[in-house]
Amino acid sequence: MKRIALLGMPNTGKSTLFNRISGASARVGNWPGITVDLMSAKILLGGNIVELIDLPGIYDLHGFSEDEQVVRHFITNNPVNLLVVLLNSTQIDRQLSLLLQIKKLGFPIVLALNMADEAKRAGITIDTESLSQTLGLPVIQISAKYGDGLPKALEAATSIINQQSTTTNPQSISLLLQEDHDIEHEMHELIQQHVQIPATLTDDTTDKIDKVLLHKWFGLPLFFVAMFLLFQFIFTVGAPIQDGLAWLLDLIRADLLDPLFANSPKWLSGLMLDGVYNGVATVAAFVPIIILFFLVMSMVEDSGYLSRAAFLMDAIMAKMGLDGRGFVMMLMGFGCNVPAIMGTRIMRSRSMRLLTMLVIPLSLCSARMQVFIFMIAALFSPSYAPLVLFSLYVMSFFTMFLTAVLFQNQYKNTEPFILELPPYRFPTPRQIVLRGWHEVKHFLNRASKFIVFGVVLVWLLTNFPSNVAPASVETYAGQIGVFFAPILDPIGINHELAIALIFGFVAKEIVVGALAVIYGLQGDALMAQMATQIDWVQAMSFMLFTLIYTPCLSTIATIKNESKSAAFMWLSIVWSLGLAWIISFAFYQSARLLGF
Amino acid sequence: MHHYHYMQFLSQLKAGQRAIISAIEADESLFHRLSALGFRVGKPLSIMRRASFNGPLHVRLGTTDVILRVKEADRIQINAI
Repeated sequence: MKRIALLGMPNTGKSTLFNRISGASARVGNWPGITVDLMSAKILLGGNIVELIDLPGIYDLHGFSEDEQVVRHFITNNPVNLLVVLLNSTQIDRQLSLLLQIKKLGFPIVLALNMADEAKRAGITIDTESLSQTLGLPVIQISAKYGDGLPKALEAATSIINQQSTTTNPQSISLLLQEDHDIEHEMHELIQQHVQIPATLTDDTTDKIDKVLLHKWFGLPLFFVAMFLLFQFIFTVGAPIQDGLAWLLDLIRADLLDPLFANSPKWLSGLMLDGVYNGVATVAAFVPIIILFFLVMSMVEDSGYLSRAAFLMDAIMAKMGLDGRGFVMMLMGFGCNVPAIMGTRIMRSRSMRLLTMLVIPLSLCSARMQVFIFMIAALFSPSYAPLVLFSLYVMSFFTMFLTAVLFQNQYKNTEPFILELPPYRFPTPRQIVLRGWHEVKHFLNRASKFIVFGVVLVWLLTNFPSNVAPASVETYAGQIGVFFAPILDPIGINHELAIALIFGFVAKEIVVGALAVIYGLQGDALMAQMATQIDWVQAMSFMLFTLIYTPCLSTIATIKNESKSAAFMWLSIVWSLGLAWIISFAFYQSARLLGF
Repeated sequence: MHHYHYMQFLSQLKAGQRAIISAIEADESLFHRLSALGFRVGKPLSIMRRASFNGPLHVRLGTTDVILRVKEADRIQINAI
């Protein structure tokens, strides 16, 4: 199969172009010589199936950023038939250097000049015909966002692909890459001859918006208001959808699956329904939130506001070894950790990404909130409730800050913080929807098996041996609780609560339900029973532990497949468990010492 | 006669000031990134704004707007105009 790679600088609309050509058929794949995933799609071009690969956006073929290395490794390890180089028409005076670097390597190239509409508004005119003649390759102005000029560009690609049958030789490219040429001079000549750029850009809409959104005093408050509104939007729209989905899944179980397994042995129906089916339901519960999150994120990102957020928050975040974009993800983590961790992909430095991924699971997500509301109602008087909840939020911020500060030297970011500030743009609905769809597909492909396996494992632990009551102290889970008593007693966690914590590994949403099974009681009766068995100091210690230790299997699965490192996943689990224990211990022992 | 040479860096400029880049002193990777974004000796630039709490600088070079930290702006020598 013939292969076309798409190459360009960041913020040139490369992903938009890729999505427009590939539609929903794209998939994520591994390639020889590189460690990150690249999107690729099989497309029909001139009657043949061709593979299209979306390479990361780079500024310079000879640069040293991680993305630049990825692109170099890709083209020196994988033969291609054609490179489609995408440049931003409004910045052609600067971006042409990338094309010339690639041209020197002898690739067959189609040059697509994106954002033809913006260039026109800015008064930039490019004589594509004469530029094409001088360069000796097809030059086509397009708008990836609206699709203008795209058929022409694909036609040019088809004719090149059909003419030549040989691919590039990765080895000779590898040799050529070592020579550096005097590209600057050539670029200067070309711009002088073929491009006219007015001294100042005529379109100043972006400047006007920036005056408000990046204002010295209003900038930050406006940013927080915007984040709050987006957050509210995701979770007020998401909650009813999640409830509806849960209702539907319960209905399927009650009306279809329960009768189906009515005559099966108890272990089989338990395994299939409480194990596998509950696992599937756990995965499904995340789908609406992930879609909504990425709908909002792609709006924020594609509009150009995310880079502005980085500008506003950077002074504070830099002290923690993070950057402003990480802050947006940390905030989103307070809704749900899973999409927030997936969202860290916008950070191009791996070490900073890992540090952010280590911090996000400590944010008090909405699932943990359910546990806290239940425990507070059971063990605290209503007048103390707001104070307790507030202290948990403070603790969440404190552990995030502590983790970032402690690990910032471990994950030292070596990439300079230099970001381009793109003009404000309206993302198209198509872009937004495709993004949400791709992310959900990615999550389902990578995380679902892991989550179902984990749910089945916890079911086994809490239901076997088969001759004892489920979730009782005699089950394997109970025995684990007893085994760990020497380290759980000093933090005030009894055997029953220990079993609830084991359930909590699956998802915090099921902790309250698990307590009901463990105590064999529901609602007010359960609260009353718990109030007789544990005091408020134990309850607080349990809540602190719940806040800090591993949020859920889905978060673990996401950390594993986003970091592509089992070792990092284990570090995240062990660190959060250790920190949870230390903080619960410090709280429990000092409260007891003070006589509570 | 004494010739006074004031070394001035991008990081010292205030919002609204314009300058011409006179030298870039950076390691190879930073140099590459800067030059790909249009930071070249002799090129004019203007400071659009500076973030609060000594945060990043918002710089305009030709058609490109860039934000960079003070640490990186310290590597770029300029002559204010």
